[in-house]
Amino acid sequence: MGSLLQVIFDALSLGSLYALGALGIALIFGVMRLVNFAHGDVIAASVFALLWPSVDAVAIIFAGNLPWFLLIPFVLAIGAGLSVASEAVVFRRFRRTNPATMMIASFALGFVIRYFLLMLFSSRPKSISLLPSLSQPVEILGARIPLLQIITIAVTMVVLFGLTAFLRRTRFGLEMRAAAENFTMARMLGVRANRVIMGAFALSGALAAAIALILGSQTGTANIMMGANVMLMAFIATVIGGMGSLAGAVLAGFLLGAIATVMQVILPPDARAFRDAFVYGAVILVLIFRPQGLLSARGTRERV
Amino acid sequence: MSDLSADRVSVAFAGLSALSEVDLKVTSGQIVGLIGPNGAGKTTLVNVLTGFQPATEGTVRLDGQPLSGLKPHEVRRRGIARTFQGGRLFRDLPVIDNLEVTGVGLGLSRAAAIAEAEAMLDWVGIAPLADRIAGTLPYTDERRVAIGRALMRKPAFVLLDEPAAGMSAQEAQDLSALIRRIASEMGCGVLLIEHNVGLVLDLCHHVVVLDSGVVIETGGPAAIRASERVRHAYMGTAADTNLPVLEVME
Repeated sequence: MGSLLQVIFDALSLGSLYALGALGIALIFGVMRLVNFAHGDVIAASVFALLWPSVDAVAIIFAGNLPWFLLIPFVLAIGAGLSVASEAVVFRRFRRTNPATMMIASFALGFVIRYFLLMLFSSRPKSISLLPSLSQPVEILGARIPLLQIITIAVTMVVLFGLTAFLRRTRFGLEMRAAAENFTMARMLGVRANRVIMGAFALSGALAAAIALILGSQTGTANIMMGANVMLMAFIATVIGGMGSLAGAVLAGFLLGAIATVMQVILPPDARAFRDAFVYGAVILVLIFRPQGLLSARGTRERV
Repeated sequence: MSDLSADRVSVAFAGLSALSEVDLKVTSGQIVGLIGPNGAGKTTLVNVLTGFQPATEGTVRLDGQPLSGLKPHEVRRRGIARTFQGGRLFRDLPVIDNLEVTGVGLGLSRAAAIAEAEAMLDWVGIAPLADRIAGTLPYTDERRVAIGRALMRKPAFVLLDEPAAGMSAQEAQDLSALIRRIASEMGCGVLLIEHNVGLVLDLCHHVVVLDSGVVIETGGPAAIRASERVRHAYMGTAADTNLPVLEVME
């Protein structure tokens, strides 16, 4: 019983990370048809914003010593700000180009961010102690669940419900839903296109920062590559979910988390090192049977 | 009283002429029909009138003021609305949201946009469908949503691009009653692009016939019905067919 509960929590917390990442990618894809591969590097940059630039192995804490109620908004603002800046500086110029061009631009931007971090911090992972009180385990029905896992899942739920309410209930959300489905039409009807796109980038960046906080606390290290794995899984989740469908992205994020966790348990010990191969194999199967994604968004098929 | 006019409008795509010196005028409360065979340039003309397509030559004017260089949303803000072939609704959004986002985009507060959207759905006769997802509606209702969306904030002119396509005779009848009300009750000038020639001749005060980008006939319904050139354009021959046959063919 205890170990089953542990597996469930593992799956949900891993799935939460993927779902938050997928949501960040799907939000931008929705309004711009841009697959933003720089998303993973925004995650890394949000963590490094807590450190003072140095190439030493020991991290020199900068903002990392702030109390949590200042630290969390600070990191979220860094993520949102960096994301909005990348739109204003880079992606705005590519708005009328085709999706492949935008994707290449996002790869390039990702490398710029990554190498900028490399220059300031070197490629050595740095040990940081981010919100250390969260690593204590909590005992639930005989299973010892890290507090951080519970918080990760809870935060993700709050984000999902909050975002849903935001999209459903606010004027900005209404404009964003319309723009995500048919940008040209929304613009023609007077929807404020620039604000909607900026808003999507800000939200997406804040989601990246939330992942950064979770990963940083979980692993206790800051690493310039730390966003790469989540980014890849999140991208796959948006594809499986049906590009442009926010609900699909979240669903697929949790599905991938569950598959990865279950594989870790059921695969024979010798095969566990190859877990990701099995996960990607499952991805191929999903795409063979549902090439349009689990929940396909109409907006991606019909454009003015 | 307002008027919307195209003055010797020409459009060329890569040297090929899509429209050539087309004149057209719609005034408030008037229903003008725009007919012509496939590829005649009807939708191109609507695109020019609404800022989707710049004219290579000629000018579009609203009350004498040229609209050249305005973007589609700027044209819409000046009171020229349109629908699109096939509706082009936000299909994942509820019907009410389709109208609400238009109201908001045109400067209303959210509360005002919701109130107007509800009133508009009632006016076009689909108030009970407000919360349905737009993409799940039968196409006759979808067209009404598209028309309701175009009529948000009471534009001075509305351009309807094939609103009756694929409709049965009865459905087309219901639709033409609605179009009549747009002109008479709302005082809108209506430009109706339609393949259903019978519907156009029945509804419109004035009809413009395009063929290969050129206006080949203008006049009242009776004049169009009698026109040898129109018959020729539609049939490709001057065979002794009459227009009711055309309706069947459409």
